[in-house]
Amino acid sequence: MDLNTLWFVLIAVLFIVFFLLEGFDFGVGILLPFLGRDDVQRRVLLNAIGPHWDANEVWLLTAGGAMFAAFPHWYATLFSGFYLALFLLLVMLVLRGVGLEFRGKRPEPAWRTLWDRCVFVGSLGATLLLGVAFANLVRGVAIDQQMQYVGGFWALLNPYALAGGVTTILLFALHGAVFLALKTTGEIAGRALLVAGRLWWVALVALPAFAAYTYLETDILDRLGVVPGVIPLVVVAALVTAGYLVRRGRAGLAFGMTALLIVAGGTTMFMILYPRVMISTLNPDWSLTIYTASSSPYTLTVMSIVALVLVPFVLAYSAWSFWVFRKRVEARPEQLTY
Amino acid sequence: MDPVTLARWQFGMTATYHWIFVPLTMGLSVLVALMQTLYVATGQEIYRRMTKFWGKLFVVNFTLGVVTGIVMEFQFGMNWSAYARFVGDIFGAPLAIEALLAFFIESTFLGLWIFGWDRLPPRIHLASIWLVALASNISALWILIANSFMQNPVGYAIRGDRAEMTDFFALILNPNVWVQFPHVVTGALATAAFFILGISAYHLLRGSHTEVFRRSFRIGAATALLVVPLIILSGHAQAQFKAQTQPMKLAALEGLFETENPASFSLFTIGDRAGQREIFSIRIPYLLSLLAHNQLTGEVKGINDLQAEYERVHGPGDYVPPAWVIYWSFRTMVGAGFLMLVLAVYAVFLTLGEMEDRRPRFLRLLPYAIGLPYLAGIAGWLVAEVGRWPWAVQGVLRLADAVSPNVPAAAVLATLIGFTVLYGVLLIVGIALLLRFVRAGPEEPAAPATAPVPSPAVAG
Repeated sequence: MDLNTLWFVLIAVLFIVFFLLEGFDFGVGILLPFLGRDDVQRRVLLNAIGPHWDANEVWLLTAGGAMFAAFPHWYATLFSGFYLALFLLLVMLVLRGVGLEFRGKRPEPAWRTLWDRCVFVGSLGATLLLGVAFANLVRGVAIDQQMQYVGGFWALLNPYALAGGVTTILLFALHGAVFLALKTTGEIAGRALLVAGRLWWVALVALPAFAAYTYLETDILDRLGVVPGVIPLVVVAALVTAGYLVRRGRAGLAFGMTALLIVAGGTTMFMILYPRVMISTLNPDWSLTIYTASSSPYTLTVMSIVALVLVPFVLAYSAWSFWVFRKRVEARPEQLTY
Repeated sequence: MDPVTLARWQFGMTATYHWIFVPLTMGLSVLVALMQTLYVATGQEIYRRMTKFWGKLFVVNFTLGVVTGIVMEFQFGMNWSAYARFVGDIFGAPLAIEALLAFFIESTFLGLWIFGWDRLPPRIHLASIWLVALASNISALWILIANSFMQNPVGYAIRGDRAEMTDFFALILNPNVWVQFPHVVTGALATAAFFILGISAYHLLRGSHTEVFRRSFRIGAATALLVVPLIILSGHAQAQFKAQTQPMKLAALEGLFETENPASFSLFTIGDRAGQREIFSIRIPYLLSLLAHNQLTGEVKGINDLQAEYERVHGPGDYVPPAWVIYWSFRTMVGAGFLMLVLAVYAVFLTLGEMEDRRPRFLRLLPYAIGLPYLAGIAGWLVAEVGRWPWAVQGVLRLADAVSPNVPAAAVLATLIGFTVLYGVLLIVGIALLLRFVRAGPEEPAAPATAPVPSPAVAG
């Protein structure tokens, strides 16, 4: 494997871990108004993600930084091209972050309702925008010979991309519901399981439909990317198993399955893309690839050493943090931090 | 307005706003960690109350720093994509390392610290806040390594249509980093020190929670006196370094239009509107030569000669940054710095005599002095960044060649307005929240006889 491929894989891993982790805390934000019936319940939901959401978001920042370092043209084309969409994504992330930290800082119901709405809108909006952005990555966008996106804002909101956004919302909400079933107790956990069961039915229809749409809309049938092989089947198997486990009330195993679902889905997406990083719909030769978009061999070597040294530590203390907060969050206000 | 100007405004606005929160995060994390160390070492309840009170303010500030920080990483790609393409081979690396090395530690261990008061053994919990403090300062180091490349490009070669990294260690050992980083770290500690002094003074005046705030006052005063002289020294080292690497910036911040030897130091200069000659000036002879070269004589180049020199090297064009912005920002920074020194000396004097609460007039002044390090910090960055004009990378890439060519001016304007409104609202809400916590003061001491009640680090 050459360094360009290694860095494509590394960036894919960073994004997939981001979907896996921030996926459930975006999901919790989306479910907040539906699952949290009173202030204590909403606090329970938010405390379940409290120690983790900020670190989860760092996976996105690191993916962006790695993209800048390893594939500057990918970073430049994507960020300048998806300009207004990314601005909206930033607004959503700001609202969500501030909402999570500020809501518990004052007791007034109006104050808390305000920040609850920010958390909800921010989580929903960020998920939608990320789904739209990645669907456009896979589908391809109008990129000219100079690697510049020339399609404008509204072209990004094509039906396929919007379908991608809605599917992502559905998946993250399901992932979040299962996470809550695992991390809370009593009435809330029971209702989370119920909601997960309902969302599962919708996902069972929506996910294969979106997969079919992907095969029609992208060039995967022309074999331009890597053929994902059995991995899409893993997605389906994980989804089916997750539904079975939710019905059996096995939240822990079900969470493992929704996690597998997201990992396999993300892997499929990056395999369709490879070896390209931005697909041009104007001319296949104008697509950015891991070779035309990359940094010099020297920089890739330096960054490989840095990543090899640092990533194991990151994984170790992240895992330890999840271990420390492994207990379920109970509805006892005096024990809630947020 | 043209896209370059709008993109510069957007970067300047979002970076300045981000910088309101960063120094306090860097400095206060260290001082909160220090307070908690005292608590763990002595077991005295008062240090726990101090840790919790200042920690609560720290978290509010930290949150705003985090959410505005994400915006910064996006800025380079959104508004400066030509820059990202040209220097990405070099500039992306420190940003990625910053995230891998610092952001993960900062966010993970802050989560552990906030939520872990009752779940972690005391020493591990203490280590968490020290890791947050360490990581936030390491994060500053890597962002300054990136910024230093723009001020003083090293370890690169131009190949084809871009700059490529040739020596990673040259990038880290860039002398610009090592005059800038100490200045930024000490400045951050001063920000935290004056923050603590100002708020402690407020409570000492009211006689509320006197014991907590007397001790906080001491920590603030000692820190201030320790770091403010270091800020001044490191700032001086930085200016001497600029004399060699960015002489135009030095000439602009000194209001020196013509080359002088020996060079005089300007106390007050008004230039003409074209920025080519002085209209009125009060100057101290020899002082600028002394400051720049450590001796009474020595040439300091003026703006007009440097302009002519740059035209010879880089071709025709305007190479003079807006001198008045830089000149007055520099004087604001230096003035605020020396004022901080005076206040720090007097605060330590009061502490040594154990009469912190017996000088009400001085105490009434201190809450306003919280603004001084902020003023100095922002003015300092204006000198550093506006003084780089017209270059994105000094001598290598012009700002005009660095903006995203495919982003229309209207989009930049729209998002500039969007960020301004959003940030304006957040600033008001954030400050109101901080004021509320400041007025409420620390929690009352826990009754000694009762069983330990799990108490949240941040009020829920």
